[in-house]
Amino acid sequence: MLASLHRIAALTRKEMAQLWRDTRLLLLILFLPIMLLFLFAYAVTLTVDHLPTAVADQSHDERSRDFIQTLVNSGYFDQTLVLQNEQELVQALDSGQVKAGILIPPNFSEQVSRRNGRALILLDGSDSFTVQSGFNAASALSQKYSYDLQARSVQAGRQTELPIITSSRVLYNPDMNDMVFILPGLVGMLVQNIIVAYASMAIVRERELGIMEQILVTPARPAEMVISKLIPGTIIAMIDMAIVLTLGIFWFGIPMHGSIGLFSILALIFIMAYMGLGLIISTVAKTQRQAQQISVLLLLVGLLLTGFIFPRTSMPVWTQAIGDLIPLTYFVRISRDIISKGLSFEYMWKDALILAVYALVSVTLASLFFKKRLD
Amino acid sequence: MENSITISAQELVKEFHTSRGDIRAVDRISLSVCQGETYGLIGPDGAGKSTTIRVILGLLNRSQGRSSVLGFDSQNRPYQIRERVGYIAQQFGLPSDLTVQENLQFFADIHNVSRTDQLKRIPSLLDFAGLSEYQKRPAGKLSGGMKKKLALACSLVHEPQVLLLDEPTLGVDPISRREFWNMLSNLRAEKGLSIFVATPYMDEAERCNHVGLIYQGRLIASGTPAQIKKKVPGHMLEFTPSAMNACLKLLQPLPGVLEVQTYGTAVHLLVDDAGLRRSQVQAAMAAQSVQWSGMREIQIRMEEAFIYLIRRQEAQNGC
Amino acid sequence: MDVDSTLSASGGISPDKSHPIIVENLTRKFGDFTAVDQISFFVRKGEVFGWLGPNGAGKTTTIRMLLGLLKPTEGRMRVLQIDPVTQAKALHARVGYMSQTFTLYNDLTALENIRFYGKVYGLAGDRLRQRQRDILQMANLEGREHTLTANLSGGWKQRLALGCAIIHQPDVIFLDEPTAGVDPISRREFWQLIYHMAGMGVTVLVTTHYMDEAELCQRVGFISHGRLIALDTPERLKIDQMRGQVLEINTPMPEKALRVLQLAQFSGRLPLDEVALYGAQIHAVLPEGSAQIKDIEKILTDENIQVHGLEWIAPTLEDVFISAVKG
Repeated sequence: MLASLHRIAALTRKEMAQLWRDTRLLLLILFLPIMLLFLFAYAVTLTVDHLPTAVADQSHDERSRDFIQTLVNSGYFDQTLVLQNEQELVQALDSGQVKAGILIPPNFSEQVSRRNGRALILLDGSDSFTVQSGFNAASALSQKYSYDLQARSVQAGRQTELPIITSSRVLYNPDMNDMVFILPGLVGMLVQNIIVAYASMAIVRERELGIMEQILVTPARPAEMVISKLIPGTIIAMIDMAIVLTLGIFWFGIPMHGSIGLFSILALIFIMAYMGLGLIISTVAKTQRQAQQISVLLLLVGLLLTGFIFPRTSMPVWTQAIGDLIPLTYFVRISRDIISKGLSFEYMWKDALILAVYALVSVTLASLFFKKRLD
Repeated sequence: MENSITISAQELVKEFHTSRGDIRAVDRISLSVCQGETYGLIGPDGAGKSTTIRVILGLLNRSQGRSSVLGFDSQNRPYQIRERVGYIAQQFGLPSDLTVQENLQFFADIHNVSRTDQLKRIPSLLDFAGLSEYQKRPAGKLSGGMKKKLALACSLVHEPQVLLLDEPTLGVDPISRREFWNMLSNLRAEKGLSIFVATPYMDEAERCNHVGLIYQGRLIASGTPAQIKKKVPGHMLEFTPSAMNACLKLLQPLPGVLEVQTYGTAVHLLVDDAGLRRSQVQAAMAAQSVQWSGMREIQIRMEEAFIYLIRRQEAQNGC
Repeated sequence: MDVDSTLSASGGISPDKSHPIIVENLTRKFGDFTAVDQISFFVRKGEVFGWLGPNGAGKTTTIRMLLGLLKPTEGRMRVLQIDPVTQAKALHARVGYMSQTFTLYNDLTALENIRFYGKVYGLAGDRLRQRQRDILQMANLEGREHTLTANLSGGWKQRLALGCAIIHQPDVIFLDEPTAGVDPISRREFWQLIYHMAGMGVTVLVTTHYMDEAELCQRVGFISHGRLIALDTPERLKIDQMRGQVLEINTPMPEKALRVLQLAQFSGRLPLDEVALYGAQIHAVLPEGSAQIKDIEKILTDENIQVHGLEWIAPTLEDVFISAVKG
């Protein structure tokens, strides 16, 4: 037993020394989260504003001008073209000159006073982000006017009615600040990538270079080798998480409503779950290239199916099932629950339990796969 | 010097199941290495050397037969074996970011060598391997030859009784190679270490007490280097003909000619009786107006013995 | 392009302008590192010339320069009277190269590889077909031409690679470590091929780190750390470059004998350059002219070590190489 601990200590020391001296990997691990964070914050916008817009005002009265002005002042619509009727609006949209078109029928003022005001917004249907934000913006604004707003999506001359979309983020995110929405998930997402990259690539590289075989022929047991790789990976992930959270809270001003302690503990379990997954990948992948490819696959799934950006509720059941297999899905929920909603443990124990089971199973499987033989 | 057996294999078989069918990488190999002996498993790439070592060490599962090291079965007691042997893998790799000193400490720790013992052994190992001045250098920055010496030192830090080396001098410069083998020689003389070396270099056979020639998974000969060379039933004549092809053609059917091998511009002729055949060969060549020069009897070399034995094996198999 | 008549090579012999390979003071540096250091030599037509040295000594770099793939830092060369630096393309049509890592396509058949290289070298029509047949015959691949290259064993692949390198009937071929790892029979057969080609007037330059293989060459150049340290026939090298003699000691107690001799060496009693175990015997290298056989025997018998035999043996090329490098 003591011998075993001794060996684990020796192995861990080696792992940490190697990690510390591998400048490239270290930079990747420490700077990538920061880079991604800023990338998401400033470059990626989920809401689109300043849409180039064509306006066809067939009333030309005070009310219609007022309405158009409100839309423009909101910042979501920029009036770039003045047209006459619906056909011209559709043409302008199809040609790509504008992303939105507003049609105000004749006698607008009169209809408004009779509580019968109508307007039509046409949105570029080939760009779903545009559609979403354009519609949300317009409907929110037109609420003030209690106008009956019709909205249609235009694509290749065809028009389709837009269904009503509710978004939970509006509820907790009245300013519609994207970062508040993204950050909790981003924290988990980054950890996923880094851990998987470290575990699969660092380990596979070791095997490729023949170091693994050399260490295999020592009394070190596979379980000991697994543990010695878990520790540095976990430490790094925790550091990364701390960096991202700190930046998020102090730089981007995201409010942290929940308990940091609870978050840390659940984060630790989450990290373990991913380390296990990364280690399993390392035993399965034969080359570094393969390991990288699997990591990229996970990244994609993480981006698309875990609820990190795109809401899961609107996905078909089978894609949701795939997302259910990834620990990130559960952590995104937990993360949002704690950071954005400030909830306590009793609301998330189920997700936490699943993560814990995942961690246990994956680490155990990794130990089993980490063979004491080469075949 | 005790005569106990340190490594043994009986009818060892290892099969790989691949998409192209079953491959028998190790085909009923039996061998034994005594305490204090240096054993060379000699053969070309793909002959099965690495596979044999790996099965003996328990790094691969065997398909049939048995093998053991120091009495511990390879399959069932791999950890007991690993505590007592030193090993350098063919694609040996040492953590390149760790310094020479740290590497030695790492392997010592893994083998539970106490700090006190480490303080004694590591400096002397560094000295032995000629690496004392490179203590603080990262292993990745050493030359090929020095890396091998470091690997050797790391494999010795826990004072094993047996050393298994898989192609340790591959691609290493001649001076380092010579130094490496001299280090092995010293280990044998001073510590009575049993050493098992797999190598494709025929000339390294001369440095072993006992040699096994391995080809396509089978041991085609086994014994001391001298014994193996004696297995070739004849004498070797060497001479340089003026016209190689004509010469080869006329030599084949001559009586007493066991084998004809080319050697650069020369011919190595294996005959049953040097004295008798020498003049006969000369006469035959004169009859065909083939000129020649420098005929003499030479020592049979390991490579020639190998070639002869392979050809005999293939003839027996009806290839 | 005319060859400068002031070119000369080591060995004190001036090269003939018509020699297929002439190299003078060739140097190549990579930053601070000198890979090839002032090398001069020449190769005669139809000669099999060996370039012997460990990995990293500068062999491949030299070949790359001779092929015009790398520019020298200093020095000049002529291959078939062509300057590789300025006229590499003209050179490539007349030179063949078999590189260390075979450039065969594993997922093509043998014949497809041959055809590919044939076309790459500009062969077509009847000539291409004829050469294909020639190569298959030379490499003993008749009947195997439709085997996937991946399924060919080492020896066949070697011959195939050689075939692909000579399909355009070059006058000079460069072979970089051509028989690494291959079984002895295939190696011998490969060398038969090389000599066959040399016999037809092709000039062959082979690099190798195998001492045994170097003995198969007509002339060998020792290269170490980028420098040419010796150049001659294997026979002459063994005579001229060996500093010292090798003594083989036969005793039933080799380990004990070694310890005793090492002690004597260390204390200065015996002027041994080297002493080590060789199987069940001991080899000792003594400086020239110190026939100390009696002394050695006495030292051993004094310690109750029986001596069954003491004899001088011929040095191997490895002994010579080491001696030359150290000297």
